[in-house]
Amino acid sequence: MTVSTPAGAPVITGIGVAAPTGLGTEAHWSATLAGKPAIGRLTRFDPSGYPVQLAGEVPGFDAATAVRPNRLVSQTDHWTHLAFAAAEEALADAGVDPAGLPEYEMAVVTSSSSGGTEFGQKEMTALYQHDPSWVGAYQSIAWFYAATTGQLSIRHGMRGPCGVLACEQAGGLDAIAQARRLTDRGARLVLTGGTDASLCPYGLTAQLSTGKLSTATDPERAYLPFDAEARGHVPGEGGAILVLESAGAAEARGALPGYGRVLGHAAGFDPPAGSGRPRVLRRVAEQALRSARLAPGDIDVVFADAAGLPADDRDEAEAITAVFGPSAVPVTAPKTLTGRLYGGGAPLDVATALLALRDGVVPPTVGTRRPAPGLQIDLVTGAPRELPLRHALVLARGHGGFTSALVLGR
Amino acid sequence: MSRRAVITGVGAVVPGGVGREAFWELLAEGRTATRRITLFDPALFRSQVAAEVDFDPIAAGLEPRQVRRMDRAAQFAVVSAREAVLDSGLEFADLEPERVAVSIGSAVGCTMGLEEEYVILSDRGRKWLVDHEYGVPHLYGYMVPSTLAAEVAWEVGAEGPVALVSTGCTSGLDSIAHAVQLIEEGSADVALAGATDAPLSPITSACFDAIKATTPHNSDPEHASRPFDRDRDGFVLAEGSAVLVLEEREAAERRGARIYAEVAGYAGRSNAYHMTGLKPDGREMAEAIGVSLDQARLNPTDVGYVNAHGSGTKQNDRHETAAFKRSLGAHAYDIPVSSIKSMVGHSLGAIGSIEVAACALALDRQVVPPTANLHNADPQCDLDYVPRTAREHAMDVVLSVGSGFGGFQTAMLLARPGSAAAAAGRSGT
Repeated sequence: MTVSTPAGAPVITGIGVAAPTGLGTEAHWSATLAGKPAIGRLTRFDPSGYPVQLAGEVPGFDAATAVRPNRLVSQTDHWTHLAFAAAEEALADAGVDPAGLPEYEMAVVTSSSSGGTEFGQKEMTALYQHDPSWVGAYQSIAWFYAATTGQLSIRHGMRGPCGVLACEQAGGLDAIAQARRLTDRGARLVLTGGTDASLCPYGLTAQLSTGKLSTATDPERAYLPFDAEARGHVPGEGGAILVLESAGAAEARGALPGYGRVLGHAAGFDPPAGSGRPRVLRRVAEQALRSARLAPGDIDVVFADAAGLPADDRDEAEAITAVFGPSAVPVTAPKTLTGRLYGGGAPLDVATALLALRDGVVPPTVGTRRPAPGLQIDLVTGAPRELPLRHALVLARGHGGFTSALVLGR
Repeated sequence: MSRRAVITGVGAVVPGGVGREAFWELLAEGRTATRRITLFDPALFRSQVAAEVDFDPIAAGLEPRQVRRMDRAAQFAVVSAREAVLDSGLEFADLEPERVAVSIGSAVGCTMGLEEEYVILSDRGRKWLVDHEYGVPHLYGYMVPSTLAAEVAWEVGAEGPVALVSTGCTSGLDSIAHAVQLIEEGSADVALAGATDAPLSPITSACFDAIKATTPHNSDPEHASRPFDRDRDGFVLAEGSAVLVLEEREAAERRGARIYAEVAGYAGRSNAYHMTGLKPDGREMAEAIGVSLDQARLNPTDVGYVNAHGSGTKQNDRHETAAFKRSLGAHAYDIPVSSIKSMVGHSLGAIGSIEVAACALALDRQVVPPTANLHNADPQCDLDYVPRTAREHAMDVVLSVGSGFGGFQTAMLLARPGSAAAAAGRSGT
């Protein structure tokens, strides 16, 4: 690919987190290292009538204080509220004031899996309980998948080539890869990552239709990727927003080394089931390594997609084994603490991976006790594992076959 | 020589007729496909006009199981993709699947399916705690717009990068630009790129009613979409899809493919101003046009035709007229500028790809589609908008632009194969 060489690879200089494990990067990181589960009974509505009653919700989130200007609270969905909070934190963390940078050299690229589902459910209720005149003016800007990017662009005066990738649960990595393309093409700073929040009754009902949600009732045994008892995942809300800067821009303002560099990416799509063709994760992971100009032995930790379904877990474990060898690289899935965050899940994994690189510690996969028989991966369970870390590989897969891999370096 | 992307196949499902040739005939004849809404009873709505596709999915070649599974927007996309593949003459079975990408744009995804199911599961809005037992098996596929890209990927057997690009009303330009990037950077050699939207359902109509963006010109639906006319009063909501086959140029030339156009440049800018409002100066759209010209190493005077966003809202048409003058200078007065939304309405994210398809056909046939219903130009819209009648016109470079909610502004340049403009090269990566 004619994209940035590793030496010129863009740098992540700021992280903002709004996740079940915490509002704020350090809260998330300490909960992740402590292995503190953040899954609980749904509180955004009464889940009694549903076969799934557990979810990862962002604790203590108050839109009225997190969203500025305040009028935007009623003009945007919860999914965008969470992104506002994470973006503010990421920019502050990067120590950058967008007002001082050239407006066309900054952009916003986010992922969204399902848009403003809760907002949309409210407006459809108004429409069908009453008549069209009851639908509010903000449905047109709050529900659609571009709402978060548009609002962040306005909020922070970023007038460059903004974008939105809705590639389900792989979209978060694809958004970061697109941000990297923009820095390769001259952008200085890109606000990227993503959030999702479809924990309303209709959103949960839609998720139930996949048959991929865990109906377990014990929050600590509900989402157990790679475990012999894996039975699906728990849904969650939130995600992470990152500040990605071109190497030149970061250096010029003294922001190096930052958290780490985005060294490589690749994406692919699974053939339909029954085609007889292999799934693409192994090939995509290998392509991502090639694009980063790294060999498998250079990767010190893999942040797994960790679907939590036996067939998908086996596919991923086999792909990792094929690339790295049997149990040859530490693998982890701290997302068992939060549930799967859809468009926000992969960005949160990237944030966690960057913190792991920073501190030289691999956070554990909590809940899963040991890989199911036949899965030859070195899954980090129980306690964090301290290791010198140079490079991390983050994997993500989405409903239907979306597959993406991102390589990060210190 | 750097890698470039060329258009070798065009497929379209557009109001006025299914298929590329029906689409082109409508444009060349300057007919309008706007009418009173038939997909639902519009009696209680402020705007009761739309551009609808007379679409029979079985007649269009889909199987009953696909029809059951797919939202209307997905049906449009798959039928468009099939036509584009046939048109390209490319044998997809001979391609390496990992070298085939898909990039589909959509502003509102599978909104019809999502709303229809909501009506059932909520008992017409009575139950906030909707019935989960009666959800259709593919309900999640309606909630995530990625389904639209997945359906196209399955249709053509793509295993390379597959993306759903959703930047509101510029989605259809941005999705093609995304595919062009994938080809230029070497992530794919072939891409199915386009966009689809099927938003003609009560919730979408109601939300545009609420902000008075759509026309209330209900008494005369055939003449309701009036871009650049002083009497315009909002856009006409529409549905549709266009999908293109893009190929790496040298490979397309080697196989002797018929090439409609080369994508010579593209750029996006955001106005960071207002989610729905536009500043009258057109500054960010002008910037996007200027950057795309620089990238293509072309001058404003190389542009032979501008396919305008031309939505027919008061603010848009002035905004972009200002943007054309700002970016193209005096040359803006010398070239034809037209809006096909006057004929096929505004299909949100889809229209950007439909307009690129129109530009590819215009270049191929050296005919500029007209702006229908334009009788009395707004004094602030003083360019040559090709009123009512298509025009034969020699052109090597066409510019297509889009503007949308969220502040997105995108410009794309197409060059005729073999023209000096196509050979002008490309700056940057």
